[in-house]
Amino acid sequence: MHINLADQHHRGSSLIHRLDPRTKLIGTLLFIVAATVLPPGAWLPYGLLFAASLVVAQRTGLGTGFALRRSFVALPFALAAITLPFTVPGEGLARLGPLTISAEGLVRFASILIKSWVSVQMAILMTYTTAFPELLWGLRALRLPPTLVAIISFMYRYLFVLADEALRLTRARAARSGAGADRRRTGGGVVWRGKVAGGMVGNLTLRAFERSERIHDAMVARGYQGEMRMLDTPHLHDADRSALVGWVTFLAMTLLIGFVF
Amino acid sequence: MPLSDLFAPVKLHIPDGFLSPLVSVVGWVLAVAAIAYALRQTRGQLGSKQIPLMGVLAAFIFAAQAINFPVAGGTSGHLLGGTLAAIILGPWAAVLVMTAVIGVQALLFQDGGLLVLGFNIVNMGVLTAFTGHFLYQALKRMLGTGRSSLLAAGAVGAWLSVIVGAMATAVELAFSGTTPLGVALPAMAGVHVLIGIGEALITVGALGFIFATRRDLLDLGEKAPAKATANWVGVGLGFALLVAIFSFAASRQPDGLERVAEDTGFLGTALDPNYKLLPDYTIPFIGNELLSGILAVVVGTLVVFGIGWVVARIQAKSAA
Repeated sequence: MHINLADQHHRGSSLIHRLDPRTKLIGTLLFIVAATVLPPGAWLPYGLLFAASLVVAQRTGLGTGFALRRSFVALPFALAAITLPFTVPGEGLARLGPLTISAEGLVRFASILIKSWVSVQMAILMTYTTAFPELLWGLRALRLPPTLVAIISFMYRYLFVLADEALRLTRARAARSGAGADRRRTGGGVVWRGKVAGGMVGNLTLRAFERSERIHDAMVARGYQGEMRMLDTPHLHDADRSALVGWVTFLAMTLLIGFVF
Repeated sequence: MPLSDLFAPVKLHIPDGFLSPLVSVVGWVLAVAAIAYALRQTRGQLGSKQIPLMGVLAAFIFAAQAINFPVAGGTSGHLLGGTLAAIILGPWAAVLVMTAVIGVQALLFQDGGLLVLGFNIVNMGVLTAFTGHFLYQALKRMLGTGRSSLLAAGAVGAWLSVIVGAMATAVELAFSGTTPLGVALPAMAGVHVLIGIGEALITVGALGFIFATRRDLLDLGEKAPAKATANWVGVGLGFALLVAIFSFAASRQPDGLERVAEDTGFLGTALDPNYKLLPDYTIPFIGNELLSGILAVVVGTLVVFGIGWVVARIQAKSAA
């Protein structure tokens, strides 16, 4: 099985797809900053941010429901904030045994969930409309350390190669440790299972290490001297400039509404 | 099978929205400092091999996180990888490898937010790598370099590195006002005491395999710059402590909602003692909130390191 088919990027020729990766990176980050900075309980600005994410989703040509479906990945983490309704002092709404649910706490809890949810949506839209190599190019153009970007590029290049090797190891283990009809009992105790998984990880370590040595040799043979060379970065187009200006204006208005009203 | 199913999110990835802006900025400052220094250190250590080696090993950690094993009740154990990377490559290289892994998880799979990426890198990359590295090295000096002592050192390092990362996450969530420290710290530490066992088992299995087939790889981490590293990390941890205390003091300022409450005058009624069942951040019997909040962090840290020390002693005896 080759999982490189499961990459997140969806080809398209919409306005959002054609924007410069730098524009999309900055726009997404500013959106998340705005969502994070907004005070708790600012429902109207939250609504505006959500509406903006829907508009962007619609403009990508992928449809509004597209990002919504994937946007629940952060939901399990809500557990980390679940105590807020009980611990924030405020007007009591209901009692659960010895605990009191306060209105203020509930507002704080809901606000965190909404902020997190709209942020995830925008991040999904960015990854879905930008090929990862382009995103890396954008990061480098935005002055991330070139070495770090190069490391991440190599990682992305070999991610699917090594994930395939990991899948082969997993398949081999499944083939050897024949699960019975009662699938819950396979293999020995937890320690034994852990050691088997560890052995597989060790195996994969060696494969990765030796592969990196071969890659390095091949690079040196082609004249690599420890420096990644890049083409010049082009200027932003007018479309990108106006998109960014419009976006920043919208976010500033949203923040203004959130803090003034 | 979609990739997101294959790489089930490790529960330490904080999404956007859960950390306050100030805390997020502090996280980025710490992460950027660690990454910048790691880039310089590894360039000296690895030369032209730096980029391909780090890149492929980052891909390896990512793929290795997909290798899991059933534990109990439908849960499965799998690797975070910071300690394993630190043992094989040395701590600074491990910081870079983990940064790449965590960065790609956030950018490509939305595992963890973008604005909070700084602290995700610090928790799962920097803290796990250095906790694992220091414990592994210290225990190895105590126990010797035989197979069983290497494995014991790796096990303790891996186990505690996960717990330290989880505790740091709890502290950051508490500073952000997302959850009270008195709830988050025991909960996160408790859960990860168990999750850490999975990490330890896999790390031991991997070390055992590498020890048997290519022992020379385990000496590579030795050649990593160590003394300068230790001093720098000492300075860094001191700095982190200062920042933590400072930001804790800052987070004691009332936030927007509380200020409104204060202005409109219902804060007095809102602060009914009945609602103080789980007092934010504080150990109840100590009056000063700031002091007892900091004390709660210190006590939690000491408890974990105390457990680690005892375990190390037991392991040392059984290995001798």
